Amino acid sequence: MTINATFIGQIIVFLILLWVIAKYVTPAMAAEIDARNRKIADGLAAAEKGQKDLAEATTRADAIVREARERAKQIEDQAARRSNEAVEAAKQIAQTESARIVSAAREEASSETNRARDQLRKEFGTLVVTGAARLLEREVDAKTHAQLLDKLADEIARG
Amino acid sequence: MATEAGHGESPTDYIVHHLTHLKVGSGFWTFHVDTLLISASLAVIVGALLVSAARVKSQGAPRGLRAFVEWVYEFVDGNVADIYHGNRAFLVALGMTLFTWVVGMNAMDLLPLDLPGSVAGLFGAEYFRVVPTADLNGTVAMALVVFVLIIGYSIRAKGIGGYLHEWIAAPFGSNPLMWIPNIFLNAVELIAKPVSLSMRLFGNMYAGEILFMLIALLGMAFAVSVGGIALFIGQVIFGAAWAVFHILIVLLQAYIFMVLPVVYISMAEEHH
Repeated sequence: MTINATFIGQIIVFLILLWVIAKYVTPAMAAEIDARNRKIADGLAAAEKGQKDLAEATTRADAIVREARERAKQIEDQAARRSNEAVEAAKQIAQTESARIVSAAREEASSETNRARDQLRKEFGTLVVTGAARLLEREVDAKTHAQLLDKLADEIARG
Repeated sequence: MATEAGHGESPTDYIVHHLTHLKVGSGFWTFHVDTLLISASLAVIVGALLVSAARVKSQGAPRGLRAFVEWVYEFVDGNVADIYHGNRAFLVALGMTLFTWVVGMNAMDLLPLDLPGSVAGLFGAEYFRVVPTADLNGTVAMALVVFVLIIGYSIRAKGIGGYLHEWIAAPFGSNPLMWIPNIFLNAVELIAKPVSLSMRLFGNMYAGEILFMLIALLGMAFAVSVGGIALFIGQVIFGAAWAVFHILIVLLQAYIFMVLPVVYISMAEEHH
């Protein structure tokens, strides 16, 4: 428990160690730890920025998808409408055509009937004349009675 | 903690033997060879470890020794930053030096008590004390350096005139009647710092050393007499318990010796 010259030696040892640490240890440590802390901070900032960008991109992508979906729906609706219209138009045309065909057929049938009727009348007229001539037992002179006959035939034909 | 002590030694002899330094010289010019040798060796070891760790260029996460030294550095740096608000580069170096070196010196107390003496005996040394911080010279040396730093930082912050003015004008004011009390109080305040700093560490380590010796005497009583196996068991249990507790003291005292100088220097820069 005595103070003697030992402490002078201890001071020298202490100062040497202090000098070594102050020169070679703490500045290097401080510089590198600072640099690393900065790097970590930068990394975190970059990560945060990346996350924000991602969120933004997701939002944008969502908007684009939504828009595309809407457009698709519009196109679909339009196509459906157009096809309906086409079907309607075709139906219209078909109806018109069928009506036309039916009326044409009907006309043809009625004209055919009329022709048959005329012919029948004509033949009936001839038959009547022939019958009458036989009844009168003499030849009706076609020439002399042509006017009469024609009138008669006409009347028959007219019904 | 104790190996066999010399037979025929009384407990008093044993303790006195263990408290005697290996000396050269006489009077004031006595050198404790054991203290100087051990503390210088530890300074070399601590310095080499720290410098080699600081030289590692780690690109990513630090590993191994580097990680450990960085952990210690950030611990010291954090403590200094809490106390001192200025350019703390030198104070961090001071704290780092004090903490690591004092931990190393204190930890010598955990070596088996008689081992260093026995090894030194092989080289013909009669005495060998292995804990430099249980030598008042070791703690006074560090406290004196801190003492000079306190005055130096104070003068740097206030100028030589301001510093001297504070001696006569604080804390009672600049009335000439108060000059003597002011000087007296400032002297007490200034001297108390290195004294308490060195005495605290010295006292703790010295007491720890003594307790290890007393515990070792238990086993010695078993060895030289018919004290019974209980004494030997007692030595093992108490020795182990005290050693575990002493780990705490080793670190705690080193921590105190690191923080207080920074506190003193921080206080020295304050204007009164």
